[in-house]
Amino acid sequence: MDHLFLIHHEGDDVAVAIEDVPADREAQAVAMDTGGRVTVTTRSKVPLGHKVALKDLNNGDDVHKYGVVIGHTTADIATGDYVHTHNLRSSRW
Amino acid sequence: MVDSQQIFAYRRANGRVGVRNHVAILPVDDISNAAAEKVAAMIPGTLALPHAYGRLQFGEDLELTFRTLIGNGGNANVAACIVIAIEPNWADRIADGIAATGKPVESFAIERTGDLQTAADAARAAQKMLQDATELQRVPVDLSDVWVSIKCGESDTTTGLASCPTVARVVDRVVDEGGTVFFGETSELTGGEHLIADRCESDEVRKKFQTIYDDYLAMIEGAGADLFGSQPTEGNIRGGLTTIEEKALGNIAKTGTKPVVDALGPAESPVKPGLNYMDTSSAAAECVTLMAAGGAVLHLFPTGQGNVIGNPIEPVIKLSGNPLTVSTMSEHIDLDVSGLLSQEYDLDEAGRRLLDVVVRTANGRLTAAEALGHREFVMTKLYRSA
Repeated sequence: MDHLFLIHHEGDDVAVAIEDVPADREAQAVAMDTGGRVTVTTRSKVPLGHKVALKDLNNGDDVHKYGVVIGHTTADIATGDYVHTHNLRSSRW
Repeated sequence: MVDSQQIFAYRRANGRVGVRNHVAILPVDDISNAAAEKVAAMIPGTLALPHAYGRLQFGEDLELTFRTLIGNGGNANVAACIVIAIEPNWADRIADGIAATGKPVESFAIERTGDLQTAADAARAAQKMLQDATELQRVPVDLSDVWVSIKCGESDTTTGLASCPTVARVVDRVVDEGGTVFFGETSELTGGEHLIADRCESDEVRKKFQTIYDDYLAMIEGAGADLFGSQPTEGNIRGGLTTIEEKALGNIAKTGTKPVVDALGPAESPVKPGLNYMDTSSAAAECVTLMAAGGAVLHLFPTGQGNVIGNPIEPVIKLSGNPLTVSTMSEHIDLDVSGLLSQEYDLDEAGRRLLDVVVRTANGRLTAAEALGHREFVMTKLYRSA
């Protein structure tokens, strides 16, 4: 296996781990729609199915997945950070 | 995809096609459950459908319960139906609704008879129905004759990556062949509702859809509530989904690419072939029960963390792309699509594999949920009873 993350839509801010990925791991992320690859180094553990940031984001920025906004950040996020309820929140409720 | 294999199924008097051949024992109300279950115990092979409601409901809520009961009794997976109520008038009302499909129906009331005599009388009728039903033959039908419903549950990020897009391949195939597909889950469209609105085939359908969606949000706000903490669920969050928008986009991934031809109320039957939206809860058992009432005879259920739901009327096929779920809960999973994550195969191949499971299930192979005895028959309640 040569990738540890999948990206729904090239250009998304986050990718999804396809297995438990430890901290400080340099890994490939593959875009589902284009096959395009980027490299990301995790800054903390990312469990199977959870998200890693592919870009630096400021507190309050929109976060894109599937090329669509899935909420906004509630803290500054650095590339490689674990992204979940501690730093991302719905913009709907 | 490869050409579909031949499906053999039951063609009912009204022309509709069923993939199962149940003799249903349908209580109209909660207090008739015991008699219905006695009948099913006396005549093994019949199917009791106990549920929690049916007394002192009123208005739209009562109409929905009637529509749900009539729709499930009338479903093409049901060969014949016994209806039992405490009062004769409502027993007849439900039985008459089911009889409009042309199938054998008999109604029984418990008042002035009691559970034991009612069950004995109903069992005599059920025995004949069962023997007659077992003589019905499967005949060749088209994939497009099999009305399919879709709803996912215990979703996680793998549903959006793997199991939902796999379902989308089959949905597009069924619609291309002229079939009928239902999707719903009003609350779980939030964040992607504009994508569904954009796919409505006309302004009229778009307006119907948008009105249902807006009314739903107004209902939540009118209750002084929001769904933070409910949507996504704790299970969704454990699986990596963070927000309702993210969950909705995975959910919507299973609807495929075809236009939305109509927006139906709960338990309403489609009038147009194609991809039909139905206003439903996102709770699995309620949603599938409403879709079976609308006429769906086979359900595709993508799951991430492992929802174990089944339905008594329509077989529920479960697929998962989560490698942990398919290994720890394998008895619940009909199709493992975790190879999509590692890119061992592509979505075309996953779609072919799911279509194969669909054909085999339609031909009579029991799903995991059927074999495990999952028969969740759950009425949707709109508001409290009088």
